[in-house]
Amino acid sequence: MKSRLGNSVLVVLGVLYLLVMFAPFFSPYSYDQDDVLNSYSPPTKIHFLNIREQQVGLFIYGHSFEVDDYYRRIYSEDKTKIYPINFFVKGFKYKVLGLLETDRHLFGVREGKVFLLGADLKGRDIFSRVLYGGRISLSIGLIGATISFVIGLLVGGASGYFGGKVDNLLMRLCEMVMMVPSFYLMLALRASFPPNLSSAQVYFLIVVILSFIGWASTARIIRGMAISLRENDYIYAAKACGLGHFKIIVRHILPHTLSYAVVAIVLSIPAYILGEAALSLLGLGIQEPQASWGNLLSGAMGIVNIRLYPWILTPGLFILVTVICFNVLGETLRDKLDPKRKIM
Amino acid sequence: MFRFIFKRLFFSLPLLLGITFLTFLFIQIAPGDFLNKLRLNPQISSQTIEIYEQKFHLDKPFITQYAYWLKNIFKGDFGYSFSYRASVVKIIKSRALNTFILSLSSLLFTWVFVIPLGVVAALNRNKFADRLLSFFSYIGISVPSFFLAFILLYFATFSGWLPLGGMRSIRFDEFSFLGKILDIGKHLIIPTVVLSLGSICALGRIMRANLLEVLGSTYILGAKARGLSNRRILYVHALKNALNPMITIFGYQFSALLSGAALVEIIIGWPGLGMVMLEAVQAQDLYLVMGSVLVGGAFLIMGNLVADIMLAYFDPRIRYER
Repeated sequence: MKSRLGNSVLVVLGVLYLLVMFAPFFSPYSYDQDDVLNSYSPPTKIHFLNIREQQVGLFIYGHSFEVDDYYRRIYSEDKTKIYPINFFVKGFKYKVLGLLETDRHLFGVREGKVFLLGADLKGRDIFSRVLYGGRISLSIGLIGATISFVIGLLVGGASGYFGGKVDNLLMRLCEMVMMVPSFYLMLALRASFPPNLSSAQVYFLIVVILSFIGWASTARIIRGMAISLRENDYIYAAKACGLGHFKIIVRHILPHTLSYAVVAIVLSIPAYILGEAALSLLGLGIQEPQASWGNLLSGAMGIVNIRLYPWILTPGLFILVTVICFNVLGETLRDKLDPKRKIM
Repeated sequence: MFRFIFKRLFFSLPLLLGITFLTFLFIQIAPGDFLNKLRLNPQISSQTIEIYEQKFHLDKPFITQYAYWLKNIFKGDFGYSFSYRASVVKIIKSRALNTFILSLSSLLFTWVFVIPLGVVAALNRNKFADRLLSFFSYIGISVPSFFLAFILLYFATFSGWLPLGGMRSIRFDEFSFLGKILDIGKHLIIPTVVLSLGSICALGRIMRANLLEVLGSTYILGAKARGLSNRRILYVHALKNALNPMITIFGYQFSALLSGAALVEIIIGWPGLGMVMLEAVQAQDLYLVMGSVLVGGAFLIMGNLVADIMLAYFDPRIRYER
């Protein structure tokens, strides 16, 4: 049962990664295409049948709004205007994976606007922005977890292998990093860089900050493993053969920690996704008009917006699904790779 | 025992020193400082800024500044917040208390649920109740705190009587003493649930695993063989031993809560340390950042220490003196 669950989350993750890799193809609009006339437009209802107009097939109605007494826009469908949804329509130009230029999109409408998940304040399509934002959120998890694991493996391996003073120094450093409340550390680190960086710089910065926080706990566990491994005969043999310390650590000690490392990497990915989301949510991470799952939610910081336009919370659902998938995947892997630790 | 506590406290001093030094360094690397904003303000004369610079030694090199800050800490002076125009001690004192209240209530809420849920799941192992609980715990562990906060706030807008963030009502000052407590309690509900849900789910699973492990051990079998009732075995023998590893978690969780509450505080609008920290970082309010990092770090050290002491107290096999 466990492995079937593992397989199904793999499928979900695969779909998510495909969606964001080919984000421009799947999204009907560009991430920064705004439209004042559709500010906070609710999710568009998709219809199949209209008998009076003899329309069959997927279509949407046109919509218009009235402004009520509180200057709120009330959107309503205009049943006389029918816009069929077309597949492989022409839209904005983009390059597939940065190589092939095309302007075809999976779906779209020639007239009117289709917002699968509604629109935000500036009338941008939230669905398109979720797909574009996923590129940042989903890749930051993989890159951040990998970087901090490489650091953690090397530091932990060296610490356990050498022991003595090196061990003492490195472990005190670990404790220091672990002891600072991570959220505070994140803010303090972010504070040490100018607030108006370009998106690429911010992306890089977030990866560095999150890796800087994350490596310590790995290092400690790897150290424990390395201490028990270094007494093995094959390590002495390697030493006797004249192999350098670095090579012994990388070739003979770290491979034994691999099954643990793989599980721990997968289980730590959500922390990076959530860390990026938290920073961007507070306006310290990815900046507008660039999208990430965190800063898409920053519109929800006002309680009035949540009440009136609940669809702006949908990016959170994507975060939730991704985190669940990685957690389940990690636990499945753990059961597979390390049957001793299986919870009864 | 006292030697152990003393030793731990003594060794945590260099850690605190290192953390504050790093934070100080990071903030100083950042371009600009709070005085930049004052300089742009035409109402503030350049003399005032010079006075500020001299008073807080902002014109001195970085190391000297840090030394002055450190010296003042030992005098109980945490510096001056430029954005609040008040002493840092005064701001942090009230905010730390708020964070403490929130952490304490989440802790209580968590443990009221963890133990019964863990027991129910363990006793119904692989039956419907267990499956249901483990299904929900997967979701509970994974749901991001900020998302949960948004969702709860969304539902609170419909309920009408749950406050939508903040810590006190507008008419708080007019309430009687009991009314004040009730008012704060009402405001506590949403942040407490948000902060507790994840740990309830995670710890519930650990509790279940612990209890199952204990129930499978030989002394439980022995107790059964001697004809003890199931209830007695469970509540007297098994539960006590299953709770033992949880006690450490209890302490660590407390320290984690004190720092982990920050994001939820900001979203809910709970005036705690996290909010101060964010405001301070955004305003580059040097001493306020330093103060909140120091207090946050101290909280963490205390929490870990309490965890170790409690573990030694409850588990006679562990002794720290050697």
